[in-house]
Order: sequence, then C-alpha cells, then structure tokens
Amino acid sequence: MPIKTTRDALNEALFHEFARDETVFVIGEDVAGGRGGSSGDVGCVGGIFGVTKGLVAEFGEHRVIDTPISEAAIVGAAAGAALSGMRPVAEIMFADFFGVCLDQVMNQVAKFRYMFGGKSKCPLVIRCNTGGGYSAAAQHSQTMYQMMTAIPGLKVVVPSNAYDAKGLLISAIRDDDPVLFFEHKLLYQSQCEVPDEAYAIPFGEAAMPREGEHCTVVAFGQMVNVAAQAIDSLAAEGITCDLIDPRTTSPLDEETILESVEATGRLVVVDESPPRCGLTGDIAGMVADKGFSSLRAPIKQVTAPHTPVPFARELEQSYLPSAEKIAAAIRETLK
Amino acid sequence: MSTLNADQLKHAYRRMKTIREFEERLHVEIATGKIAGFTHLYSGQEAIAVGVCEHLSDADAIVSTHRGHGHCIAKGADVPMMMKEIWGSTEGTCNGKGGSMHIAEIDRGILGANGIVGGGPPIAVGAALASKLKNNNTVAVSFGGDGSSNQGTTFEAMNMAVCLKVPKVFVMENNGYSENTGASYSSGGIDIAARAASFGMPVFKADGADFFSVYEASEKAIAHSRSGNGPSIIYATMMRYFGHFEGDPQLYRAKGEVEELRKTSDCLQIFRKTITDQGLFESTELDSIDDQVMTLIEESVEAAMVAPRGTPDDVLTDVYINY
Repeated sequence: MPIKTTRDALNEALFHEFARDETVFVIGEDVAGGRGGSSGDVGCVGGIFGVTKGLVAEFGEHRVIDTPISEAAIVGAAAGAALSGMRPVAEIMFADFFGVCLDQVMNQVAKFRYMFGGKSKCPLVIRCNTGGGYSAAAQHSQTMYQMMTAIPGLKVVVPSNAYDAKGLLISAIRDDDPVLFFEHKLLYQSQCEVPDEAYAIPFGEAAMPREGEHCTVVAFGQMVNVAAQAIDSLAAEGITCDLIDPRTTSPLDEETILESVEATGRLVVVDESPPRCGLTGDIAGMVADKGFSSLRAPIKQVTAPHTPVPFARELEQSYLPSAEKIAAAIRETLK
Repeated sequence: MSTLNADQLKHAYRRMKTIREFEERLHVEIATGKIAGFTHLYSGQEAIAVGVCEHLSDADAIVSTHRGHGHCIAKGADVPMMMKEIWGSTEGTCNGKGGSMHIAEIDRGILGANGIVGGGPPIAVGAALASKLKNNNTVAVSFGGDGSSNQGTTFEAMNMAVCLKVPKVFVMENNGYSENTGASYSSGGIDIAARAASFGMPVFKADGADFFSVYEASEKAIAHSRSGNGPSIIYATMMRYFGHFEGDPQLYRAKGEVEELRKTSDCLQIFRKTITDQGLFESTELDSIDDQVMTLIEESVEAAMVAPRGTPDDVLTDVYINY
C-alpha cells in the first residue's frame, strides 16, 4: 500500500468527493490562492498547508472559492449554501479563528436543525488546523476542539494519522449534519499507508492502535502518537496498555472506553488542551459515572497547563504533554 | 402609476394586512401572559417586507431577523402554523422548538428568522452563492436594520457578496431604534445607505411607509441582482409602532410619537389612499380582505391555544440527522 502524508491523504479525500458529488465545493482564505495577485497564478497556494492544492485546476474556479479574511462570512456563506442544497467544505485556517466566527458556528450552524423543528439540513464541513508544536504562539496554537465538542448540534472530528484523516474527511463531507474537522499541524507531514481509493470511516467508532492489559490510555489527535511512544517505552518495564483513539469527540465512542477500563481497571486520559472543562475531565467523569466499579486506581489526566500556549520552542515543549509525562501517569496508576 | 394589476395589488394588501393583524393580536395576547419568551413585533413596517417579497418566489431565499413575523408572512409562511409556533405547539412551523425568533420554512425559501442581530446576512450570502453555483436565476435576500448595520457580520457579508458577485439583496430597514437606543446615537455616520454603498453596490432608497415606493425600489434592486450583476441594497425608513420586545415600556420614546406614526405613516392607509387617488379600483373592495384576514387571525389564535404541546421526549429529537 502506498505511503502518504496526512496532507496528501486529505487532498485525495477532497479530490474523491469533488469528483463524486458536484455540490461539493471549498470556500475559505487562499484555498486556491493567487487571485488578484500580480503573477496571475490562480491556484498557486492551495490552502496554507496545501490541503486544497490542485483542486482549482481540476474542477474549476467556481468550486474553489477564495474569500476575503472574513471568517464569520466564510462560515455563514457555507451555512447558507448548505441550507440551500450544496455541500460546502469551509476552511478557517487556524482553529483559533473560531473566536471570530463563533456566532455562526454555535448560534447558527449548530442550531438550525433543532430550532427549525428538524425541517432543515446543513451538510457543512469546517476544516481547520489545530494544536501546538509550531511555535505559532498563543493565537495560532490552540486545540479548540474540546470547546466545540461541548456544543450540541455539531460533530467534531480529530484524526491522529493520515489513513484516518482521509476516511474521516470523506465521511464528514458525506454527512448530513455539520462537522468540524481538526487537522493537527504536526500531522500534515507525518506518513502512513493510505489506499488510493475512497473509503469512509464511520463517526463514533474508536480505533485501538495499542492493546494491553495494565492500563487504558485515551488520547486525541496528535497526542495519540505521543501516547503510543509513552506506551512503547513502558514495554521494557513489562507494562502494556490499551490505547484508544476516539477519532471523533462528538459523537464519542463511550462503549470502547468503558469496555477497556473494565478489563484494565485503570485510566489515563491525555489531551493537549488546557485542563479545565475539557475532554480529559469529560471522559474521567463519564468513566467515574458509568464504570466506577471497574476502577482499581484513581483516574489520571495529562493535559497542557492552564495557560495560553507559549511561543519559545523550549517553553512550548514544556507546555505540551510529553511521552515522559504520559508514561509517568501510567506508572502512577499502577502504584 | 403602478404597473401592478388589481389582483397583484390585492395580494400585496392582504399580506400587509395579515402582518398588521397578526402583530396587533399578539400584542394583546402577550399582555395576558399566555405566550412565553421574547416577541418582537413588526407593526408599522409591513410595506417593506411585502414590497420586497412580492418580487420573490418560493425558490428565492430570505433570511430574516428577530423581528421576523412580517418577513415570514410576506414570503408566504403558513400563518396558522406560525401562530402555533409562537404558542409553543408541536404543530407549529418548527414543532415548538424555535418560537417567535426562529420561524423557518425552508421549502418556501425562508431560511429562518434569527435571534442574533447581524446573524443573517452571511447566511444569505451563502444562499446567494448556492444560486450562483446552481445558475438557477434565484436571489437571496437578508433583512436587517439600523441595529445590524453596526454588526461586523453585516459588513463582512456585504464585502463578501461583492467579492463573490452573488445575487444577494441586502434590505436595510431603518426603524429608528436599535433595541432601546436611537439610531441617531448608535450609528457613526447616520447615513446607513452611504455606508453600504461604499462597498460598491447600488443602493435603492424607499419610503418604508409606502408600499409602492418599496415595491419600485425592490424591483430595481432585485432585477439588478437576479440578472447577474452582483449584490444590491434596498434602504427603507419606517419607525416601528411597538417596543423592541413586547413588555418594553419604551421610556426612550417621546409621548405621542407612536400615535403620530399611526396617524400619518400607516402603510395600510397610504395604500388605500394611493389606490383611490390613482383610480385603480374602489378601496372598499379591500374591506372584504380585511374581514377575511380578521377571520384568519381569529381562527389561528383559537387553534394555537388548544394545539398540542410537546412531551419530554421531544426535547431530545432533531439535534442531528443521525448521531
């Protein structure tokens, strides 16, 4: 099977869906790029991380729509088009920019169907990059998906590898509900085996990239890869773990988590978001509520600190949960 | 002289009268405490909604505002179902899940009233974008006012509509007040039309108390946008008769302001006078429409009062199509 980067896998997903369904289009800043520039090279950008590269040459300018820097209008325009029978894939570049279009996401898109008594359909995808590791500092490094997961009416996807990214983006585009799709910056260049053909990965079904007996580790997005390193490093100590990658935070595959905790009796939840009102507490609470009798040790949470994301490389490395911190948390549950 | 025939004129009058009586009756009913939530009435501004929507078909889209009953009725919404929605019935337009501020009928091109001031214009840009991509000769209209003209989303939407050259019509209704604050205070540069024009769109101004004025301005604006020339603006002025919301004591309004408006700027009276002055037909021919509208409103209220209400199970439905 061919090896591909996450960026190329996402790009393939868009090519598949553009070819399959002519109501699919992308809209956002620089998704083609170059319009109005002195070179006249429309399509020269293809999104700041190259995910939409080549679409305009293949499918035409009417389906790859560059916009002004107006995130609220981007999301609103995508929402209105989705209500009107189209299947837009909007890009807002950085997850942090949900801060400038939150009304359209939270008060409009998420609530149309409910407010309108189930009589509307808004098949919209909003793509963005997420997370730290790029020294992009406090306004371009946040995860945000933990906040968006709290909003009923939205589906939230956080892939951890190129294979899942492709299958989940295809599912997102085909889904009839609004979907927010978070692509971790560090994943764009990471590679794995990805089939050439189109395939859909269903939402609400976790993956389990490691299986073990001593502890259950739940992690999201890029943290799945960091947690895998931590777990692999513990093999020498005779410690093995289930590693659960929920892949979608809304809907959440509670069953896989609860079944694993029932077997291992221990739980470590890892996320690179700040600790308060986030996914680690959410899952810890869910397990305490529904799986308390399985637990043989206190649940441990490994998160970023309750601070903005710092700029300097050393500071950011300290901010992000590391394999060492995760390994220490796993050991802690086994004491 | 009006280019409308008698049937078209009577259709427009019926819509305006329906809005007026719908709102006047709600004003009475809400005071009894029978209706929950916040309700914002459109009385006084009927000529604007109807003057615009008489140019639209079901295939055209509108996005309305928190003061949305008039726009929805003008666009052809089912009046008894709207009344049931406002009363909170499962037989309402939105099954009782939306209420006054969220009435929608997607199949009739009503993409929702909207509880967020300035929330609608970006959505209407999207509906217009869909029109352009489908190349189906439809337009999308957003309603807004002096209030939403101070929201960034309105300007983002205007700029985006020009940039994407979509068939989008912005209706700017200056009704004199942004909630409880006068437009003269809250707008930097009181000429909202000039602000909008600065994005490079044609502006068509109208007297919001005069159906014929709005109809003619809308004809030009909508024709401009429908024929592929990009967005346009209809700017109309007409003060609202009621408060921001029902229950608003309106301490910010001078005594007699509303009485004067009702006396001198009533779109229904102005319409009747124009019909008579132009010798189009006897305005008494409109009396039977008045009677029919009163019957419709009465029957709608009676039905809404006894229509079924939801159960706890209904809370959980229609969040997602599947989850």
